[in-house]
Amino acid sequence: MRKETLIPIGPYHPLLEEPEFFKFYVEGEKIVDAEVRIGYNHRGIEKLAESKTYDQDPFLVERICGICSTSHPFAFVRAAEDVAGIQIPERAEYIRTIIGDLERIHSHLLWVGLAGHFIGYNTVFMWAWKYREPVLDIFEAISGNRNHYGMFKVGGVRRDIKDSDIPALLKAIDEVEKFCSMLTKAVMDDPVIQARLKGIGILKKQDAIDLSVVGPVARASGVAIDVRKDHPYAAYDRIDWNIIVTESGDIFDKAAVRLLETLESVKIIRQCLKQMPKGPIDADIREVGVGEGIGQHEAPRGEVFHYIRANGTNFPERHKIRAPSFMNVPSFKKTVIGESIADAALITAAVDPCYCCTERMAVVEPGTEKVLLTGEELVKLSQQKTEGLKKR
Amino acid sequence: MFDLLRLMFAFIIMPGFLFTAVVGLLATWVDRKVTARVQYRQGPPWFQPFADLAKLLGKETIVPEGAAKAVFLGAPLIGLAGATLVSTIIWMVNFSHGVTFIGDLIVVLYLLTLPSLAIIFGGSASRNPLSAIGASREMKLILAYELPFILAVFTVVLRTGSIMFGNILGYQLANGMMIQSCSGLIAFLVALIVVQAKLGVVPFDIPEAEQEIAAGALLEYSGPALAVYKLSRAMMYFILPVLLITLFMGGIDLSFWGGIAWFIIKYVIILTLIILIKNTNPRLRTDQAVRFFWGPVTALAAIGFILAMVGW
Repeated sequence: MRKETLIPIGPYHPLLEEPEFFKFYVEGEKIVDAEVRIGYNHRGIEKLAESKTYDQDPFLVERICGICSTSHPFAFVRAAEDVAGIQIPERAEYIRTIIGDLERIHSHLLWVGLAGHFIGYNTVFMWAWKYREPVLDIFEAISGNRNHYGMFKVGGVRRDIKDSDIPALLKAIDEVEKFCSMLTKAVMDDPVIQARLKGIGILKKQDAIDLSVVGPVARASGVAIDVRKDHPYAAYDRIDWNIIVTESGDIFDKAAVRLLETLESVKIIRQCLKQMPKGPIDADIREVGVGEGIGQHEAPRGEVFHYIRANGTNFPERHKIRAPSFMNVPSFKKTVIGESIADAALITAAVDPCYCCTERMAVVEPGTEKVLLTGEELVKLSQQKTEGLKKR
Repeated sequence: MFDLLRLMFAFIIMPGFLFTAVVGLLATWVDRKVTARVQYRQGPPWFQPFADLAKLLGKETIVPEGAAKAVFLGAPLIGLAGATLVSTIIWMVNFSHGVTFIGDLIVVLYLLTLPSLAIIFGGSASRNPLSAIGASREMKLILAYELPFILAVFTVVLRTGSIMFGNILGYQLANGMMIQSCSGLIAFLVALIVVQAKLGVVPFDIPEAEQEIAAGALLEYSGPALAVYKLSRAMMYFILPVLLITLFMGGIDLSFWGGIAWFIIKYVIILTLIILIKNTNPRLRTDQAVRFFWGPVTALAAIGFILAMVGW
């Protein structure tokens, strides 16, 4: 019999916004072992995408995530354009960049608020969310929506940014920058926050590389990966900005990376608004064609990856999604063991996990204890499916 | 017979249970409202704590399977009784300095731990692992803050030369408030930090940290039992500042309007300090809190004690 006590967190718990299940085995308050179970949130989006047209799919994949709602359409349309092999108009590239990075700001601010909530600092929670509001207002001015912007389509964007709106937008961005830098200073200089966040939940650089974590989690551990720099797309190569990398990989660094990235994003958006060339916003694609395509986008949480196999019809034959949390969630086992229960909540939240983005399948066998498939079984299933595709 | 009736009145209505409960609930409303305004929220109307209480009283009490029923349901009452007794003793002394007895300060110090003990009993009896963690955290927290608290209180005892509230108040009437002296001010600051922990608010809401252990010891409580816990917590919002005023700020004189106003000013200052600390700090970890209380806070209290010995 195990000596440790089992502390279940989830599937429903005040800490979690989504159903997921952590089993922490503790001795006293120290965690000696941890298990993560996901799979409570499967919605069958991939299958659904195969029954919708290339014009409808961006709306569908936009609803994968409520926070980073643009990252999935961004990756999807890039995958479809990869199949079609076309170049979209330059102005559309700039508008996509603006939307992508505005979203980074609001997503990171949202995380900072949640992190504040998890360490019991509700004032930071409320302030961060208040300062997120002007970002949503900018979204509303550009796209007509505060969230789920519906801006992306294969071949371009759906709405133009009017030149007459740009001065007002630049002013709004200045406001956002003011708030972001104030919040960054307030959070990073607070001695009690430092005492609470420094040196816990450390993900070492080698572990980060071994587990292939992505996004801010990797950058906080000193791995300088960012799709925007490594495989430049949209307007990111025409703009001056820096990757934020820190070395120690603890929670404080993860917070610092995100906070400093909001300021980089402000820089990117401001340059985009100023440099944006005139011209069409849509390449007006009629056919996607036959073939395979991949699309990547650096979402606020890391690299989003979409794969499309097109068969010449109006529907994708196979659509595969890999969300960044899928890569980041396994790092829990490295970071949470040896820490106390008090920090576990924060450590699991520090990768900014998004479970409904991540979950692609759930298998339940009634009458047996086995609820979810093991890793090997999933690999086998995937191989069988690939075999089947080859035969066709 | 008449004496007994008077004592019953003092204990149940004024200044005991009813008075403390009403003012305490209003104080929690002030806390909630100010917190909300600091966080750019609207905040509840003034009667919200009363409405919450009434709602909880009307709900079902659920005792978890396998819990020690008598302890589980008895614990909240122990806490409430402790809070009420403390309030009665302190207020009666403030009404008339003669209503004091040898060692009433010591009695109050003991009674003040009852609400915390109630949380430990209730948490341990509820048979929930998270509640057990909450109870053990509360225990660690008591061990951490009692030492500096007693040092701070005994700084006052050392200066006034008495363990009776009546004499402490008399001394301050003659020689000015305790916080006007160097050692008194230090002891007051130490006691203020400890009050934060005794109230169980940020940064010391460790035993019930809802994001970590989902309300901890109170997790299994529902209905009237939970209401009693909330009520004794609200009463502590009133009693602990009054204790600080009695020990360090010259007590309360309700015989004239100026005295009442002066008391309200003192109370509001202490409440504001508590709310400010609460809203500008994250929660500490248990080990950090223990280190904080045994390290800098105890050192500060010891300095105050030594200064008092020197006569500052």
